[in-house]
Amino acid sequence: METLVAFTVGVMAAGSVYLLLSHNLVRVLFGLILLSNAANFVIFAAGGMTEGLPPLIGLGEKALTGVYSNPLPQALILTAIVISFGLLAFALVLVYRGYQELGTVDSDRMRLAEPPHPDQDIPEPEEPGRLHVRDASRRVENLGSPQS
Amino acid sequence: MLSAILGIFVWSLLAPIVARRLPRIAGWVLAVVPAAATVWFVGFVPEIAAGGTVREVVAWIPGLGVNLSFYLDGLSLTFALLICGIGTLIVVYCGGYLHGDPMLPRFFLFILAFMASMLGVVLADNIVSLIVFWELTSVTSFLLIGYLHDSPQSRRSALQALLVTSMGGLVMMAGLILLGLTGGSFELTELVGQGDMLREHPYYLAILILILAGTFTKSAQFPFHFWLPNAMDAPTPVSAYLHSATMVKAGVYLMARLAPTLGGTEVWTVTLVSFGAVTALLGAILAVRQTDLKRILAYTTITALGQLTMLIGIGNTYAVETFTVYLLAHACYKGALFMGVGAVDHEAGTREVTQLGGLLALMPVTAAAIGLAALSNAGLPPFLGFIGKEFMYSSTVGLGEGEMALLGWLATAAMVASNALMIVTAGLVFVKPFLGRRTEAAGHAHEAPVSLWLGPVVLAGIGLGLGVFNGALERWFVAPVAASLTGAPMDVHVYLWGGFTMPLALSAVTVALGAAMYLGWPRVKAALDGIASALGYDSDRGWDRILKGLVRVALLQTRVIQSGYLRHYIMFTIGFTTLAVGGTMVVKGALVAPSLTAAAGAPYSAWALSLIVLASTVAAVMAESRLVAILSLGVVGVVIALIFLLYGAPDVAITQFMVETLVVIIVALVLARLPRLTAFARPDRRSAVRDGVIAVAFGAVVTAVMLAVIDLPIPLDLSEYFAERSYTEGFGRNVVNVILVDFRAMDTLGEILVVATAGLGAFALLKARPRREPPVGDTKTVGDSKPETGDRS
Repeated sequence: METLVAFTVGVMAAGSVYLLLSHNLVRVLFGLILLSNAANFVIFAAGGMTEGLPPLIGLGEKALTGVYSNPLPQALILTAIVISFGLLAFALVLVYRGYQELGTVDSDRMRLAEPPHPDQDIPEPEEPGRLHVRDASRRVENLGSPQS
Repeated sequence: MLSAILGIFVWSLLAPIVARRLPRIAGWVLAVVPAAATVWFVGFVPEIAAGGTVREVVAWIPGLGVNLSFYLDGLSLTFALLICGIGTLIVVYCGGYLHGDPMLPRFFLFILAFMASMLGVVLADNIVSLIVFWELTSVTSFLLIGYLHDSPQSRRSALQALLVTSMGGLVMMAGLILLGLTGGSFELTELVGQGDMLREHPYYLAILILILAGTFTKSAQFPFHFWLPNAMDAPTPVSAYLHSATMVKAGVYLMARLAPTLGGTEVWTVTLVSFGAVTALLGAILAVRQTDLKRILAYTTITALGQLTMLIGIGNTYAVETFTVYLLAHACYKGALFMGVGAVDHEAGTREVTQLGGLLALMPVTAAAIGLAALSNAGLPPFLGFIGKEFMYSSTVGLGEGEMALLGWLATAAMVASNALMIVTAGLVFVKPFLGRRTEAAGHAHEAPVSLWLGPVVLAGIGLGLGVFNGALERWFVAPVAASLTGAPMDVHVYLWGGFTMPLALSAVTVALGAAMYLGWPRVKAALDGIASALGYDSDRGWDRILKGLVRVALLQTRVIQSGYLRHYIMFTIGFTTLAVGGTMVVKGALVAPSLTAAAGAPYSAWALSLIVLASTVAAVMAESRLVAILSLGVVGVVIALIFLLYGAPDVAITQFMVETLVVIIVALVLARLPRLTAFARPDRRSAVRDGVIAVAFGAVVTAVMLAVIDLPIPLDLSEYFAERSYTEGFGRNVVNVILVDFRAMDTLGEILVVATAGLGAFALLKARPRREPPVGDTKTVGDSKPETGDRS
């Protein structure tokens, strides 16, 4: 089972990194969601996976006995889930407010804090916010004015 | 000893208050504590001369072998006396020299703090405390050199001195730590016993080079000599104290201290002798090219430091004797000369040797002091400097046999030349300004106040006195220092008259040569200037080029790594992690082949759920619709929750269900107000391939790590600990629950704080709407971006 998980989380991690590398901050957010799920899954599998049998002490007993699933990774994941939710919420608001203030979710064009150096050798990406050709017809559809 | 150091540190903090309350006599009052320290150290002289040592240990971080331990033997006592004794005179001198300077209170703080740090360097026995004090001297000397902080020249010199000495100090720290680890102790006194083992050790060369980098920079050895003359931009008391008597000798001190531990090998001797001799000669040549009295003295200091380094390298009986004699001689005459020149500058208003003359009648006391010191500097009998010179020749001539003898003769020749040039400089400093015809600049000079001539007179007097009464010198200083340098007591003899010997002949040659060059000084200077301009090399300008190059590299690196593009930051972080982890695994052979049978043997449910996760991941990555993407991510989360449920983690599963639901709802709500995914151009082929390669590599590393981890037995001791004690100590039947709220309650508190902070941050972001001056619609506020249309569609 754990071997299967190893490959599954590998694919999840690869997918999340691909999303994180996008200059569209919405996709970066997706990458963040995927990455935290992958991380939790890793912690869970690394602690060993046992079917059924949650770590609950039966009535009349004083300690866990017999076969039970490892409680430690579960405690760690519970913390991790909540923290990554907090992180996601903050990042989401940041992107949203950034869009309101700057009118873009393209991280390449958010250069207020670090304006490009006059002779920066890295070329500006070609019109990063450009409409995709296929979408040109749909541009009338305006979702949420940035200053609303 | 700790109390002496701490006492001076505390005194330095009080100094500004004293200086402000008693501006007229601040120098005299503040000199009390250094004077008391001097007296206290003098009290140790008989005990140390009798062969005793004193060690004092205050535990600091004993677990790491770090102690505030101090050690007093011949070497450290001699240095401590120089630091406190000359320090006392300097503090008095400062009061007169900088009288009325509004920043004087601050100056006293710096110089006393420097004194305490320097005392720490020479007394420290523990390597770590030595490094701490060493760096403190670098910092305080930076403040002192940059004292005239409104002068750009002064700031540059201060920065240069700081960079050169602290870079050397960092390298030296590596060397000293390596020494401590190799020798098995961080106490210098204990390392002496490991000398034989260390000299044979494969790390010996590395230790030596690293440590010498620190001592050579601190003691201005070639090729790091250039910072010292620039440091003369500091007020004269600083030059007199730091750059003649004390700080620049810290490097010499450390080499002497380590001589019994690391010295005696061929590489030690050859390195120290050749660098020392070259430095000495170079300093002397550069000195006679100067016309500013202070710069002349600065370069002769380089000569003296080179000679001391050479003597440590030679290490025979004569060299060890000379080391002490010359150390004391130089400290006395150079301190006296600097302070005397400062007095001349103060009274006559210039330090240009060509403009000074006939000061003897106007400043008789200062003249006497400078005269005595200059005679010692020139190495004439019966001064201390004479003994130093004679013995130096004896040591270089007797360096060894074969190739070593050749090195000895080369060193002898270099010493004859540099000592002859020293005679020229002595002439420039004394004969010209005081005996020559009276010049215009000298016209209105008059004798300096007692605070300005006290120091020079006392030091010059000591230089004469120790030369004449050399029996006391031998017993109180030379013998104990020789014992520290060689690690064992030794028989030493110091005398003025050694009969008609080779060294005497060399001395005669030196004096004749020096006198001849002094008489022809303008021609010598012109010739040397010609050679210098023909060579066209200047270390100072070389330094500027190095600094500029460094700044350019930093800029370039910043531009590439910190380009301002978020995705580049992520790319570098992920890429580096991938390479570091993956590379380590490959190098260390930690890759584990997956067990396919184990994977195949997984239950059907696991296969099915895994496949759903994989498919949803791919869908989320490929999705062109926001809704499809967020729903796919939701599916991933829910399936993982199901897996948690199946494998005995109902609490986690419930939390995951709840959070995942919230995420999908909230993100979907916000997404509706953000641009569509299709509003962006698809990444071009090149960047898509690059991102894909990075992503796949990272995924592969995650899988590899995971496979390696599950190959190992799971350490269950913590889990068993919780399983046994949850009910008996935490009174809960749900073990996961008890871990969270009881055993690891502080973690949970931290987690709550993090979430609360994130919530507050998000709230503030949503509420905060700064009023902006240009209208919101003005796209110019977006920095350099072009007017947008695409994003908002």
